[in-house]
Amino acid sequence: MDTNDSLRVASLWHSMHAISQQLSPTVGCSGIELLEADTFDLHCFQSLTGTKFFVVSEPGTQHMEALLKVIYELYTDYVLKNPFYEMEMPIRCELFDLNLSQAVQKDRVALLGR
Amino acid sequence: MIGVGKAKQYSNVLDKPLSKGKQEVSLSAFSFLFSELVQYNQTQVDNIAELERRLEDAGYSVGARVLELLCHREKGNRRETRLLGILSFVHSTVWKVLFGKVADSLEKGTEHEDEYMISEKELLVNRFISIPKDMGTFNCGAFVAGIVRGVLDGAGFPAVVTAHFVPVEGQQRPRTTILIKFAEEVLRREARLG
Repeated sequence: MDTNDSLRVASLWHSMHAISQQLSPTVGCSGIELLEADTFDLHCFQSLTGTKFFVVSEPGTQHMEALLKVIYELYTDYVLKNPFYEMEMPIRCELFDLNLSQAVQKDRVALLGR
Repeated sequence: MIGVGKAKQYSNVLDKPLSKGKQEVSLSAFSFLFSELVQYNQTQVDNIAELERRLEDAGYSVGARVLELLCHREKGNRRETRLLGILSFVHSTVWKVLFGKVADSLEKGTEHEDEYMISEKELLVNRFISIPKDMGTFNCGAFVAGIVRGVLDGAGFPAVVTAHFVPVEGQQRPRTTILIKFAEEVLRREARLG
């Protein structure tokens, strides 16, 4: 998935999230947390500042919330403390990518046992 | 009675002994401050060499003060006169106080007599920083190189200090080496002292 597609998906998701927050019948709703479809699941985590992290996974995958929290921690460490990262720009930080793939790999091994 | 053994009252604030201070600072707080330092300097300069020089100058002021403080606190106001003495002071004491651990290694350069290298697997200041590809060989460790230069200059061992990335096979991230090149007069003096 290239940068343009990611930007498209992200902006689509941002709008849907905002609309759902307004439409929700429950009081004090903070937006969509889980979207279940036939071929994929989309888990979303919103930080206190409103930055949203979402993960698209196979239907029925467990423990995605924990993964999202880990990713949030990696974001605050390797992206926000990097002086060469401009806010709101696509993230091109080597350390972030490295640790992100390690975290996903560790998760995969733990879940699937391979 | 509470407070019977009261601490000695000093009439003059200058007579009070220097406190050790808080030994630990939050790593996140330092990282954000350092990141802001780099970003601020980036707005003021046009090229990378200038940015490196600015970071080094910032480190130089830190080094000069650290030397004074550590000489008083750790070494009881004794002055280092020998080359190896000052190098091991930087490698162990300064590193321990600033970064919480001694530097990974101290080596003598093989090609030139006046070169020494302090190596570290990953400098504390570089821990969260990823250098973008278009910045080439720029290293934020220039700040640490400045600190070392400040310490050496203050102790009477003028030198040119630079920070370099050294790729290591088997590891994705390169090692960082602080290269210290002493001035002529230091070597001559060292030879005279035997």
